[in-house]
Amino acid sequence: MRFLLVEDNADLAASVAARLGLEGHGVDCAGTLAEAEEFLLAASYDLILLDIMLPDGDGRDFLARHRRAERTTPVIVMTARSAVSDRVDALDTGADDYITKPFDFAELEARCRAVLRRRGGLVQTQRSFADLTFDPLSATIGVAGESRDLRSREVRLLELFLNAPGRILSKEHLCDRLFSFSEPVTDNAIEVYVGRLRKKLAGSRARIETVRGLGYRLTDG
Amino acid sequence: MARPVAFSLRRRLVGQLLALAAVLALVLSLAVRIGAERAAQATLDAVLGSAALALAEEMRAEEGGVVIDVQPATFSMLAAMGEERIFYRVDIGGQTVTGYGDLPLPEGLPTTLAPVFYTVPFRDARIRVAAVARSLRVEGRASPVLVLLGQTREGQGAIAARLGWQAAALGLAVFLVAIPLALLVARSLTAPIDRLAEAVGRRGPRDLRPVRDPAPRELLPFVTALNSFIGRLRGTLSQTETFIAEAAHHIRTPLAVMRNEAELALRQSGEEATRARLRGLIRSADDAARSAGQLLDHATVLYRADQADWARLDLAEMVRAVAARLAPASEMKDIDLVLDIAPALPCEGDAVLIEAALRNILDNAIKYSPPDTVVEITARIEGETALVRISDRGRGLGGAAPERLLRRFRRGDNVGDVTGSGLGLTIVEQAASAMGGSFRLRAREGGGACAEFCLPLV
Repeated sequence: MRFLLVEDNADLAASVAARLGLEGHGVDCAGTLAEAEEFLLAASYDLILLDIMLPDGDGRDFLARHRRAERTTPVIVMTARSAVSDRVDALDTGADDYITKPFDFAELEARCRAVLRRRGGLVQTQRSFADLTFDPLSATIGVAGESRDLRSREVRLLELFLNAPGRILSKEHLCDRLFSFSEPVTDNAIEVYVGRLRKKLAGSRARIETVRGLGYRLTDG
Repeated sequence: MARPVAFSLRRRLVGQLLALAAVLALVLSLAVRIGAERAAQATLDAVLGSAALALAEEMRAEEGGVVIDVQPATFSMLAAMGEERIFYRVDIGGQTVTGYGDLPLPEGLPTTLAPVFYTVPFRDARIRVAAVARSLRVEGRASPVLVLLGQTREGQGAIAARLGWQAAALGLAVFLVAIPLALLVARSLTAPIDRLAEAVGRRGPRDLRPVRDPAPRELLPFVTALNSFIGRLRGTLSQTETFIAEAAHHIRTPLAVMRNEAELALRQSGEEATRARLRGLIRSADDAARSAGQLLDHATVLYRADQADWARLDLAEMVRAVAARLAPASEMKDIDLVLDIAPALPCEGDAVLIEAALRNILDNAIKYSPPDTVVEITARIEGETALVRISDRGRGLGGAAPERLLRRFRRGDNVGDVTGSGLGLTIVEQAASAMGGSFRLRAREGGGACAEFCLPLV
């Protein structure tokens, strides 16, 4: 997916861009509202991540202009203000969602998915592996012409495997990506989710292999 | 510290005016009474003196004695004064020649024809005596003649008593007239104060405009002081709002950078010891962000609760919005939100406070629920109130009393390794009570907790 990140704090912009880049997304960074307008004229984006306090104006004004111009690109506001009132404001002004800094990337991804799902079918996100098709937006997989629903964690787990097919993913790595850091995680938690995903994948050539002492990997056949 | 009992200016003024009126009425009635008595006495004395003088004038020396040729007019003059008894005594040359010899003499003997008056007790009565002196040539010698004419004054006593009553009635009348006058005066004096007090009392808590109502000059210092306080409060409040927003921005942005960098490092590091440290770092950043967020939420709730900026809103709509807002967070833990929400719940309140309260309750429910469970959200009318109930299958209250968990910075004993500041439920409680609602927390049968947030229906 292609993101436009409007954020004036260079450190934060760089780390968010790097993090999204690791997931394989393309990110353009604008430090001001004027720059953001230029980017929007030059390219089209799947999602805009918008800060509220910017050096040349208020992000909410940009949002209002954006909506008046009937541009359909969904916007997720990143707010750092206290904001109980900001949150209400941002949604009133027409943001699709907001996220409070600092945020968990898994949560950002979940929110992006939710926004895109609500907007419906604008983005082609379907992926395939072996005889398996996977649509993370609708949280479904297709196995031998049969569609199966996945739970949110199963979707994220499958995404992790699909991003690195054939590579061994350690339990710790999967844990870090699947659970929030403030959540208590037991040793066998990841085994539970891998077990569930295996059940959902039953009948497909895509298999999750256990590599003793190292972790898991996704294989074809 | 006991507040001193407030006194009423008007009551005090009326009291003092009436006390003054009473004194004046008393003085007036005394003055009238004394003046009238004096006037009556002077009149009677004049008649008595004339009679005594006439008696003295009517004295002639004749061969072998003194003749008093009493004219009828003299006594008819005395008789005209009422049923009084008359006593007389005539001394010539120091000898009583006629009348009552025991009639007391005046202290100083009169020297001229002008009568001397005095009052003495005589024969069970007080009598008024006029003494007149003259000299009479008796047998070729000038002899001093003293004529005493006494008269009881029973009639005068009766007159004095009547006058006394009349004077008292007059005083009472004056006092009675003074009562409405005092009330009128007090009212007209305190009216500007009342008007000012009413104008200040009528102002809503949000009305921070300076007081411009007319005030008497004596109250101007108070009005000026009040206006300066209002101005300062207005300044402080707007600073608070800006400060809360700025503080949040300055705390959260670096925390966000820190967390992102740590997460990136975690992705790129293969060293398990380093990864454990990075996880700790991320947890701390989350902790700090959460605490900062709740402290600022708490400050916002306190500030907005004071502002009392209520508007009509639909609680059902707000519950749906908050649930939709937190759905991704619950989804990440595979927690299903089951909604059973009435079509509309018209309430009056502050949308920001309600949002903060509902978000904190639901956030708590999701945070403490194990994965793959259900959080139920119901919102419906119950009696006079709109009731939002959020039930989870989390770790519950751990046997702690619900009131204890509502206290600031107080967390349950069973929170384990879930991060939190202990402010969330305090925020909910304060938001609810600020809007005339309530918040209850109880353990749920079969495990978990059940939180109920109520607002009065409109």
